[in-house]
Amino acid sequence: MSGTQTTYNDKVVRQFAVMTVIWGIVGMLVGVIIAAQLVWPELNYGPWLAYGRLRPLHTNAVIFAFGGCALFATSYWCVQRTSHARLWGGPLIPFTFWGWQLVILLAALSLPLGFTTGKEYAELEWPIDILITLVWVSYGLVFFGTIAKRTVSHIYVANWFFGSMIIAVALLHLVNSAAVPVSLTRSFSVYSGVQDAMIQWWYGHNAVGFFLTAGFLGMMYYFVPKQAGRPVYSYRLSVVHFWALIFTYMWAGPHHLHYTALPDWTQSVGMLFSLILLAPSWGGMINGIMTLSGAWHKLRDDPILKFLITSLSFYGMSTFEGPMMSIKTVNALSHYTDWTVGHVHSGALGWVAMVSIGSMYYLLPRLFGKTEMYSTALVTVHFWIATIGTVLYIASMWIAGVMQGLMWRAVNADGTLAYSFVESVKGSYPFWAIRWLGGVLFLSGMLIMAYNMFKTMAGGNTKDAPVIAPAAHHA
Amino acid sequence: MAMDINDLRSLLTVAGLVCFLAIVWWAYGKSSKKGFEEAANLPFAEGDDDGAASRTSHPR
Repeated sequence: MSGTQTTYNDKVVRQFAVMTVIWGIVGMLVGVIIAAQLVWPELNYGPWLAYGRLRPLHTNAVIFAFGGCALFATSYWCVQRTSHARLWGGPLIPFTFWGWQLVILLAALSLPLGFTTGKEYAELEWPIDILITLVWVSYGLVFFGTIAKRTVSHIYVANWFFGSMIIAVALLHLVNSAAVPVSLTRSFSVYSGVQDAMIQWWYGHNAVGFFLTAGFLGMMYYFVPKQAGRPVYSYRLSVVHFWALIFTYMWAGPHHLHYTALPDWTQSVGMLFSLILLAPSWGGMINGIMTLSGAWHKLRDDPILKFLITSLSFYGMSTFEGPMMSIKTVNALSHYTDWTVGHVHSGALGWVAMVSIGSMYYLLPRLFGKTEMYSTALVTVHFWIATIGTVLYIASMWIAGVMQGLMWRAVNADGTLAYSFVESVKGSYPFWAIRWLGGVLFLSGMLIMAYNMFKTMAGGNTKDAPVIAPAAHHA
Repeated sequence: MAMDINDLRSLLTVAGLVCFLAIVWWAYGKSSKKGFEEAANLPFAEGDDDGAASRTSHPR
């Protein structure tokens, strides 16, 4: 199948890679704006730009626009290179790009206008949900179609992670978005009460587990070995890592509903499976970091490896923190506080964004016929700004969160509450300001990246690379 | 005692665990070693190889 003149389809990878950076800036800018609104409430303009409408715009933009484009770009690159085959699917391939951009555009319009289903991370109304389904099924066809026409016998482990992400997200989206439409812009969930809550957090946590973890682990298993120049530390461990995540993640959702109307035993099951998740998560982290074993010196002057390895450190931190917070007695303190927000951003900024940024810095020069980014020094600057920004963000949220939890539960000798709610808001102000500063730093890093990207693209050559015959590799 | 749906659910959970343990057994068995080594080197067959020089496999 791979004749000498066959090339890889890098056009779609190029498109998604560039949009990853663009949507990253947009999504993080909205994040910085809502962080500022918490410090300076005067910044809430009208209904359209109020916190309540911008917050889902921020989460949708960073998860599905930034993270989504990064997943499309890296999975399309990886599946072609490790299958020695050009992408399968013809017109379906550009449809996944343009369709996904249309979804993002519709989200950016409909959320500020106030159209929402009210389901966290699944706010988009039913017509957009149908478009998402069409794009996603096309994505699955393109990805698995390419796997099917591979010219090597093995399916590389990164493709297992990408593939599981595609299947699981399809399942989650279809089940959680089931709704009865009453007009073009309004629908009601087919579920109600505690079942609705359970399905929502089965969706919500597995969006974290499959979209934000499995997919980005696919990235890790391809780009860390490539950038380090050596195969993954233990392939066996990667296989066990994969299946352990598949077997456990689906059960962890109930930890979002501790001390609610959800039956107690269901909460305990959720907590138990969340605790079990520590093992495969750390197995995967160790596997990624140990890939550098014997080549640690590369970390000193390669900022791309710095991004990738630091992302794994944050992955390890947040997958330790997560199981700990799922313990019911810890959750009694942490739930509904900024600790949760800090935890999420430890994963989102530290892990998901940094592994994506590292992968993009790997891809961008290769996509535009260059050997390296326009400025490696600026990549290093980006790395340090992003790391400091992330640390400021999560440290301030830890302090604010624990303080809020302690203030809310404090009681006087006579049993009355020691603090009113607004006192905890007042106490949070300085930490919200630090969080805003952390966000500004992280966003600045993305702007530096965009400058570096456009400079790298300038005068670049966008000729597709030929498919390498697999016989060349059985070394 | 008649079987009810919860017995089936318990059985399925146990079957899931057994299946997972079997995967671990297979992954750490001798027979899969060679295939895994080939698979682990799949990213390094592109020609654009920056890491071609150090394409050695790890001890484990």
